[in-house]
Amino acid sequence: MKRSFKQNMIKSGAIVSNGIITNNPVFRLVLGTCPVLAVTTSAVNGLGMGLAATFVLLCSNMLVSALRRVIPDKVRIPAYVLIIATFVTVVQMVLRKFIPSLYDSLGIYLPLIVVNCIILARAEAFASTNPVLDSALDGIGMGLGFTAALMLIGIIREFFGSGSFFFGELAGIKMGWQFSALSDFSMSIFILPAGGFLVFGLLMAAVNALTDYAQKKKDKATQMRKSEIKAKNEIKSEEVAL
Amino acid sequence: MTYFILIIGAVFVNNFVLSQFLGICPFLGVSKKIDTSLGMGMAVIFVMGIASIFTWLIQQVLVAFSIEYLQTIAFILVIAALVQLVEMVLKKFMPSLYSALGVYLPLITTNCAVLGVAILNIQAFGIETASSLLQSFLNGIFSGVGFTLAILLLAGIRERMTNADVPKPFRGFPITLISACIMSMAFVAFSGMVG
Repeated sequence: MKRSFKQNMIKSGAIVSNGIITNNPVFRLVLGTCPVLAVTTSAVNGLGMGLAATFVLLCSNMLVSALRRVIPDKVRIPAYVLIIATFVTVVQMVLRKFIPSLYDSLGIYLPLIVVNCIILARAEAFASTNPVLDSALDGIGMGLGFTAALMLIGIIREFFGSGSFFFGELAGIKMGWQFSALSDFSMSIFILPAGGFLVFGLLMAAVNALTDYAQKKKDKATQMRKSEIKAKNEIKSEEVAL
Repeated sequence: MTYFILIIGAVFVNNFVLSQFLGICPFLGVSKKIDTSLGMGMAVIFVMGIASIFTWLIQQVLVAFSIEYLQTIAFILVIAALVQLVEMVLKKFMPSLYSALGVYLPLITTNCAVLGVAILNIQAFGIETASSLLQSFLNGIFSGVGFTLAILLLAGIRERMTNADVPKPFRGFPITLISACIMSMAFVAFSGMVG
């Protein structure tokens, strides 16, 4: 079955946005929560972790999908883990050489990308049954969704905890602002582990409330449309009767 | 005395879940009931103790061939194989223990606490001396005990919360995370107890 170019574009967009919004790995699927809580003491760390995970996710999805007819079903999980571990090692080596500051601040959570459930879950649930291009798009979408969630939590924790916004250095580029007035009143609880749990919990509740609200609105709209159609049909049948 | 400090540090001060964020997935996922979380905790203690010893040996091999950069790949493969092996041995020789821990064992492969404790052990104790093996083993076991403590406490809270009137958006994970936040605040009190 051949799809037209336009259909292809629509499908690709749907795959990418599925990862970022509809099935956001952090807020909707609740996968890979360890790095979400651990490295988000600052937004820059969150961004670095997110991009590292996105790279691993993209590469492992593509390779798993390319090898999906070769890997025997019984040993697929060890094979996936090996593929993921290979790319994590690549990321570790590259960061150590070129961005040592990020390598140090991510610490043990960098090798722990191997056991991040998102990556194995996408390999198992998506890449093992879909063609290479779609799997790559899924990897990008999920990775960006993960990055966005990490940055959001990082921004909030950093703002309240150390009174700065996106402050730090990534690959030699300095960015962000430090508000000296705010840092006098910073609440260090937000930088501590407790703050991570708190911000994550509140954000997830907010996401739930928003989805509920959107769902209610949608239900109302469909109900109104149904009743409109019903009214129209009644009018028609009355006309027929007359 | 050093071992006593090591044990207290592993269970309370550097609690794996509440102050190091390792093993959060099972902490949130398997903590609905006290007995299932106890099973998970026991399985984690078991695997973490054995994995600490085996990864110490593997690191010796890696250093001998000076291929330390393969640490991540080697460790995860060893842990996955080990979990499989433990499962088979238990099934054959200790069926009662297997039936208690069985379902949790495969989940442990992707539990970051196990790989985490292996890497942290190597970083903290090194592999040069024989006593570092004992330290690694104790750290593995008692980090597992710390995990079990945290997951049991949370399961107790969650069992009580089933009767509470929680606002709708907070039901499920959010209220669990907020409970974990308060528990974590309590554990902050232990910090500074061990240098």
